[in-house]
Amino acid sequence: MAKLTFSIGGIHPADSKLARDCKIETLPLPEKVYVSMFQHLGAQAKPIVAVGDSVKAGQIIAEPGGFISAYVHSPVSGVVRSIAPRPDLAGFNCMHVEIEVQGDEWAEGIDLSPELVTAIPEDRDFILDRIKMCGVVGLGGATFPTHVKLNPPPGKKADCLILNGAECEPFLTSDFRILLERTDEIVVGAAIMQKVLGGCPCVIGIEENKPEAIEAVRASVGRLGYPGIRVETLKKRYPQGGEKQLIDAVMHRQVRSGGLPIDVGAVVQNVATSLAVYEAVQKNKPLVTNVLTVTGDCLPAGSMHNYLFRIGMPLSWIAAQAGGVPEGAVKIVSGGPMMGKAIANFDAATVKGSSSILYLGESTRRGAESPCIRCGRCADACPMGLEPFLLKKLYKAGDAAALEQNAAQDCIECGCCQYSCPARIPLLDNIRMAKAQVMGIIRARNAKK
Amino acid sequence: MTNSIIWTIAILTVLGLVLSLVLFWVARKFKVEEDPRIDEIEKTLPGANCGGCGFAGCRAFADSAVKAGNLDANYCPVGGNEVMKKVAAILGCEIKEAAPMVAVVRCNGTCANRPRTNQYDGALSCKVKASLYSGDTMCLYGCLGCGDCVAACQFGALSMDSATGLPVVDESKCTACGKCVAACPKRIIELRAKGPRGMREYVSCVNKDKGPAARKACAAACIGCSLCAKTCRHGAITVTDNVAYIDFEKCKLCRECEAVCPTGAIHGTGFPKPLDKEAVKARIAERKAKEAEAAKAAAAATEVKKEESNG
Repeated sequence: MAKLTFSIGGIHPADSKLARDCKIETLPLPEKVYVSMFQHLGAQAKPIVAVGDSVKAGQIIAEPGGFISAYVHSPVSGVVRSIAPRPDLAGFNCMHVEIEVQGDEWAEGIDLSPELVTAIPEDRDFILDRIKMCGVVGLGGATFPTHVKLNPPPGKKADCLILNGAECEPFLTSDFRILLERTDEIVVGAAIMQKVLGGCPCVIGIEENKPEAIEAVRASVGRLGYPGIRVETLKKRYPQGGEKQLIDAVMHRQVRSGGLPIDVGAVVQNVATSLAVYEAVQKNKPLVTNVLTVTGDCLPAGSMHNYLFRIGMPLSWIAAQAGGVPEGAVKIVSGGPMMGKAIANFDAATVKGSSSILYLGESTRRGAESPCIRCGRCADACPMGLEPFLLKKLYKAGDAAALEQNAAQDCIECGCCQYSCPARIPLLDNIRMAKAQVMGIIRARNAKK
Repeated sequence: MTNSIIWTIAILTVLGLVLSLVLFWVARKFKVEEDPRIDEIEKTLPGANCGGCGFAGCRAFADSAVKAGNLDANYCPVGGNEVMKKVAAILGCEIKEAAPMVAVVRCNGTCANRPRTNQYDGALSCKVKASLYSGDTMCLYGCLGCGDCVAACQFGALSMDSATGLPVVDESKCTACGKCVAACPKRIIELRAKGPRGMREYVSCVNKDKGPAARKACAAACIGCSLCAKTCRHGAITVTDNVAYIDFEKCKLCRECEAVCPTGAIHGTGFPKPLDKEAVKARIAERKAKEAEAAKAAAAATEVKKEESNG
């Protein structure tokens, strides 16, 4: 069967899935966890607990701060010690609830048994409410609240649910591991989301470098027998897991500039989100755990891990459990090497969307920049069909109107341009600024209307 | 052959003459009447087109000044009072004299004062760096050191000091156009009055964190202890969000705040002599003792009065 892929641009970095054979291990509990109030896209959550309160694992500790926002739950049982700003991953202060761990008692009504529940509730509103109350957000990177995404505005209908198992970022293996170890749950999660979207077909897209996962999911789909779910093999190509790229690959439809996936009838969800949806709807278990990969090119073989972590565990504590920072690590990144963020504050707490602790060696240091020779490799690599070298030039010249004409706002920040640039020009760094500038102008214009 | 050359010259000459007549007529017919003062003012202005006045260059400045007929909304910081007087003479109006200003870098996070906690490996631009994370030190507010201000300065007045990692202002070249102020994403640079003979006091820190956190990030941070505000006799110092600010219009340059500051966050520049901290502190202590004595005496006097009235 033909392998699917998107139509333009893209690059082929070495996939370096070093931790692919490491089974998911459950981390012990630390003494304290720090739960961020800003774990999702949109408005910050508002804490509803007070200092000194006793909380149980899975209990709501913060309410959404707006329409696009999410509930936050306590990942552990214990006592709230403080509600104060604390530096996040990037070093900026952000509101955190500090909880001292005491025992491991879960709130009532949460089913912790490993039994698979295959019967899907009939009531659509009940499902959406469960997803909302359990604080489920998109775990593919953007952490967009799932209940909002699964509830398209009136007049728009989903033609296809795409489950994103591409995991095209090098090094990361957390999605691969859950595809292998929690296969059935993910498939049930997909069926639940199908139900919410009105019974549209579902495609589970997995890159060709994960043949075991493709086989396991195919077998599970056949065994569970939900209608309209099929598995597609995707080519190994970055950024295959980008929302718009995946829609192009699977449905051969393009999302127009400034449009949303639902405009072309697509809803894309990550496989980890599907697992979270399963746990929320079938087990009433809030999103307080996720899987994270500890890996890197300077780690000795055997010290890679895939951990099931509780949200709020400090990164440095998880790193210590895995054997500490290896010698020769030049960069520590949270997320993949292409789109992840360098960690400025290693004591920062993990959030719902944390996917890795990645140690990168000397070879990843940026070299000295040299002049652009107009080779056009960045334009070839751009999966959105932009001209990165031009956008950088226009940004430097401060020409906002030309930036908008050249669609700087369409950049998905995948980093292909910067990866492919032989002159080592920090293209994405500049385009990101240009994008922010153009988005600001567009927003101001829309506000005027 | 000769014929064609002659013909060519003749045709071109006639064509040129006819077209010049047309151009002459058009220039006369469609002449735009413009106030000659606009040109005159533009010539008087420095011609840097820096935009420091808030207009899109010197021509726009002149245009708006002539249209308004006064200089209430126009001030050229580059030319200063001297140029403004000339402009006022052309327009025949008065100007409000403004104190000459200078750009001041309010960060003292040198490599020695502010330990680096990580190494930045991105595009060399403060704006980009500020959008990515809090910076390569524990201080969320301080100078990022990529030199956006230096790039923004059209007068060559700013340079990066490689020893401290901070920008340095060359006072003789700074025209207070404000380009660096706008270029700094951390809003560290401020335009302050140059002060008499270049003497001025300022708080060289913008860290809004509470004392211990600020101190941990930088040895020379303002910790918001308010000692300076309590010492100041002129009401020039206010402390908001854990950081002190000296109002340069009220400051009398007594340097007492500089002497009492426990972290050395307050800087004085342009003074002829270095500050003798101990002497100033002794002076303050003496004054405080006198004040306390006077207060005691006053209290005693009121008590005596009370007793008298009671008795």
